[in-house]
Amino acid sequence: MTVTEDRPAALEIGNKRRRKEDQRLITGRTKWTDNIQLTGMLHIAMVRSPFAHATITHIDTAEAAAAPNVVAVLTGEDVKDEQGSLPNAWAITPDQVTPNHPSIAVDRVAFAGEVVAVVIARTAAEARDAAELVDVDYEELPAALDLRESAEDKVLAHPDLGTNKSAFWQFDSEGAGTGGNVDAAIEKARADGIVIEREYRQQRLIPAFMEPRSVVVDPTGEQLTMWSATQNPHILRFLLAAVLGMSESKIRVIAPDVGGGFGGKLQVTPEEFITFMAARRLGKPVKYTETRSESLMAAHHGRDQWQKLTLAATKEGKVTGLKVDLIADLGAYVALVGGGVPVLGAFMFNSIYKFEAYQFNCTTVLTNKTWTDAYRGAGRPEATFAIERIMDELAHELGVDPLEVRERNWIKNTEFPFTTVCGMEYDSGNYEAATERAKEIFGYDALRAEQKQRRESNDPIQLGIGVSTFTEMCGLAPSRVLGSLNYGAGGWESASVRMLPTGKVEVVTGSSAHGQGHETAWSQIIADRLGVPFEDVEVLHGDTQVAAKGMDTYGSRSLVVGGEALVRAADKVIEKAKPIAAHLLEASVDDIEFKGGRFGVKGTDQGLAMAEIALATFAAHNLPDGIEPTLDSDATYDPVAFSFPHGTHLCAMEIDTETGGLKMRKYACVDDIGNIINPLIVAGQVHGGLVQGIAQALWEEAVHDDAGTLVSASFVDYLVPTAADTISFDIDHTTSPSTTNTLGTKGVGEAGTIASTPAVVNAVVDALRPFGVNDVRMPCTPERVYKAIHAQDGAESGGGATEGAATPHFDEADTADRTDGSSL
Amino acid sequence: MTRISVTVDGAKYSDDVEPRMLLVQYLRERLGKTGTVVGCDTSNCGACTVHLGGRSVKSCNVLAVQADGQDVTTVEGLSQNGELHPMQKAFHECHALQCGYCTPGMIMQSIDLLNDNPKPSEAEIRDGLEGNLCRCTGYHNIVRAVQTASGQESKADALEGSAS
Ligand code: FES
Ligand code: FES
Repeated sequence: MTVTEDRPAALEIGNKRRRKEDQRLITGRTKWTDNIQLTGMLHIAMVRSPFAHATITHIDTAEAAAAPNVVAVLTGEDVKDEQGSLPNAWAITPDQVTPNHPSIAVDRVAFAGEVVAVVIARTAAEARDAAELVDVDYEELPAALDLRESAEDKVLAHPDLGTNKSAFWQFDSEGAGTGGNVDAAIEKARADGIVIEREYRQQRLIPAFMEPRSVVVDPTGEQLTMWSATQNPHILRFLLAAVLGMSESKIRVIAPDVGGGFGGKLQVTPEEFITFMAARRLGKPVKYTETRSESLMAAHHGRDQWQKLTLAATKEGKVTGLKVDLIADLGAYVALVGGGVPVLGAFMFNSIYKFEAYQFNCTTVLTNKTWTDAYRGAGRPEATFAIERIMDELAHELGVDPLEVRERNWIKNTEFPFTTVCGMEYDSGNYEAATERAKEIFGYDALRAEQKQRRESNDPIQLGIGVSTFTEMCGLAPSRVLGSLNYGAGGWESASVRMLPTGKVEVVTGSSAHGQGHETAWSQIIADRLGVPFEDVEVLHGDTQVAAKGMDTYGSRSLVVGGEALVRAADKVIEKAKPIAAHLLEASVDDIEFKGGRFGVKGTDQGLAMAEIALATFAAHNLPDGIEPTLDSDATYDPVAFSFPHGTHLCAMEIDTETGGLKMRKYACVDDIGNIINPLIVAGQVHGGLVQGIAQALWEEAVHDDAGTLVSASFVDYLVPTAADTISFDIDHTTSPSTTNTLGTKGVGEAGTIASTPAVVNAVVDALRPFGVNDVRMPCTPERVYKAIHAQDGAESGGGATEGAATPHFDEADTADRTDGSSL
Repeated sequence: MTRISVTVDGAKYSDDVEPRMLLVQYLRERLGKTGTVVGCDTSNCGACTVHLGGRSVKSCNVLAVQADGQDVTTVEGLSQNGELHPMQKAFHECHALQCGYCTPGMIMQSIDLLNDNPKPSEAEIRDGLEGNLCRCTGYHNIVRAVQTASGQESKADALEGSAS
C-alpha cells in the first residue's frame, strides 16, 4: 500500500483565495441569460401602463398584429383563464388582504409600469416597434400614493377590496412572555426618566442590479426550459408549476451567470410568467430582456416604511421600553415575501441591546406604486436605522458620547447566550471588542477633538461623527420558525458531494449564486474537509436539473445554511469511505482515521488517499460485502437557529454649512461575522454593502410625481453612486464564532448595508447639532442639509436661498416628493 | 441597410446593417461577442464600454455604421497568446468584481484611463471611472486594481481581512 503525504488541515479556510469564477467574467466568456440565442427564437416587448391607476376601457391590437414579423399580440383578456395570480408566499396574518395579481392586467392597472399587452415578434426591435402600435384606452382613477393616507383609506388602491390595509401584525413582549409592558415603561419614564419620540421615513429604494432582468423559455424539448436572471431557480420552478398547473418535472429552470440581485431578483415575476405562457402557446423559444427604465419601474422596490418610535429610558440612559408603530408600503400588490419584510425587521429593533419591554405594531398598506419586497437586508436595515438614530437622540439628551449610551445598554460579552426582548437567542457576540477595534482604526478620539475645534472656531466646514452598532439575523431560517410566522416555505438547504473516479470532486449546492463567489468558498470548504486540492473541486449550482433541490440565495443564508449542508455531505463521504479503506488496508474500521485527505491505520504509516479510495470504489473490484460502490452523498440541513453577526461602524462627514455640501471623510467598520472562509470575498461584500447603505443615506430615492409616475426611471435620475462619489474604506473583523453551525460562520452579505445608513445619517445630524438640528430626512441631499441648517435662522424652508449663502442645489426629486411630509 | 467593414478583436468583418443598429447590438447579436453587455438605455452605466480606434466608447451610444473602417477591441480581444491583459489580472488579483456584469466595461475603461495617465492618483482613478456603475464592489477594490495595474502601491488595503 502506498503511503501518501498528509495535507495539513485547514489549508484553505481562512485563505484569501482568488475567485474561480473570475476567469470567465474578466474575459467576457459569460453566460448571461440575454446571451442565449436559440434557433427560431422570438422576442417579446411589453406594453406598460403609463398611469398609476386606471381602468382599461379598450385595447386595439390590430395595427400591432399586422406589423412586420409580428407573430402574436397578447392581452390580459387572452390569457385570463390560464395566468392565475402571481404567488405570494407570506401572508403575515391569516386574514391578510392580498389582491389578485395577474401577470397581464385584465381590466384595471394598479401601478405605472404594469403590463397591459405583450407583442411577440421575430426580432426585439420589431417587437418594440410594434408595441408602440398597441392602442390602449384608459380611464384614469384616483391613485393612492402616500402610505400614511393610504392607511386611512382616503383613496383606494383597489376599489373592489374596500380597504388599503393588507394586514396588522403585532409583537408584544408582555404577551410573548419575553419582557415587560411597554406602556407601563413609557408612563414610568414620563414621570421619572426620559421619553423620546421620533418619526423616521425609510424612503423607497430600487435594488438596481446591473444586469437587467432577462428570461428565455424554450418549449421545444420534452421539458420546458427556462433561463432566467433570478436568485431563485428552485422556488421559481415550483411556483411556475403551481400557478400554471403543470408538473414540476416538465420544467427546468436555469439561472446561468446572474448579474447581481440584492433581493431584486428574488421575485417570481410577471415577465417570467408571460414569457413562459407565450412560449408554451407558440411552441417556439421566446426571449424577453427588459430595458433599464422597465427595470426601475417594474422590478420590485424596497424599504418604504414610516416608523414612529417611542423610547423610554431612565435618567441614567438605561432603556426600559421601546414602542414601534410602523406602516409599510407594499405597493400595488403583495409581492412574494413583501408582506413579511417588516416582520423580519420586528425582531431587530432591540438590536444589540437589553431592552426590558418592547411592542411592535405594523400595518402593511397597498398603494398604486410598484410592489415592494426584500431589498438587501430586508427589514433589518429599516429597524437598525430607527434604533441607531434614536439611541443617538438619547445620547444627545443625556449629553454623553453616543458610544457611551450604547455601552450602557448592550449585552455584555459575558452574558451570551442571551435571549432578547423579542425572544431571539443570540448565541455569541462581542460588542466590546468590535467597538474597541473600530474606534482604533477610525481614530475616534482624534476626530472628536477635531470636531470640537471646528465647532469652537465656527468653521464653515463642520465635522460630524456617526456611530452605528448593529446585529442582524442571518442563516434564514429554521423552518419551524418560518412556519410559526406563516411563511409558506422552509429554510433548509441542500448539498451533494460526488467523488469522481479520478479523485476530483463535484459539489452541488441548492444555493444559487449571483456574484457571491460560491464556487470559490465551497471549493475551499471541500478542500479542507476532504483533503483534496482546491483546484480539484468543481461547484455546480443554479440549474434545477443539476441541483435538484434548493432554497436558493437571499438573506445571507448561503454559507450559514448551505455551507453547513455541504459539511454534512462531505462528512458522509468520509463515513462511506472508511469501511472501504479499512477493507483495502486490511484493518478494522475502528483503526481508520481520516486526516489531511488520507485514511490511515492508527499507529502505522499505512494509508490511502481519498483519490485512491475513489478509484477503488469506482472499479468496485474489491469492496467489502454489502457496500454500495459509491462515495456520493447528499445532505439537507435545516438550521437549528439564526446566526447573529454584528459590528460597529463609524463614519465622519464634512458638511459645508454655507452650501449644504456633504463629503465623506472617513468610514471605518469592524464586523464580527464569526469564522471567515475567504477574507477577500468577505471584504468585497462589505465594501459593496457599505456603498448601498451609504447610497440610501445620501443619494437614492424612488421618486413619484403627483400622478404616481416614477420620475426616477433612469440612471440619470436614480442616483446609483459612482466611484467618484465614494471613498475607500477601512474595514476589519473580530471573531466570535457562531455556535450553531460547524463552520462557525454568521453571514455577511447584508451587514454593510444594514449598518452604514444610520452611521452616515448620524454623522450628518451630529455635524448639524450646533444648529439645533435633530434630523435630516433621507436621502440627505445638500438641499435638505442646507434647509435644516437655515431653518434655524429664520430662512424659508420653501426653497429660497438665504442671503449671503451660496445657492444650494435644489433637485427636482426632492421637491417632487412632498406628499408624505419631510421630517425637516 | 448599409455595408460596413470593421476589425473586431483582430478579425475583419463585413456586414450589412440597419442604420439604426447600435455598435453594441452589432457586437452582441451579429458577431456573437457577448462579452460586452448592456446595463442601461441612457449611456450612464458603462457596461458596454469597448475601444473604438483605441479609445474607450460606450458602444450603446455609437451606431454600428460609425465604426465603419475602424478597429474595435472588446474584453474578449484583450488577452494576447492566451495571456491575460495586466488589467484583467489586476481585477482578478484585487477581487475587483463580484457578479461581473460591470466588469468588461470597467476593464476597458480602466485601460483607457491608464493610457492617458499611467500613474493616476486615487482621486483621478475615481474620476476616470465616473461613467461606469458597479452595484457589487463599492468600487474600493476596483480602485485598487487600477492602482495595481499601474504599478502603484495601493493605500487602500492595509487592514482588511486581517481577521483577529
Ligand atoms: S449600456 Fe451603454 S452605458 Fe449603459
Ligand atoms: S461586479 Fe456586479 S456590478 Fe460590478
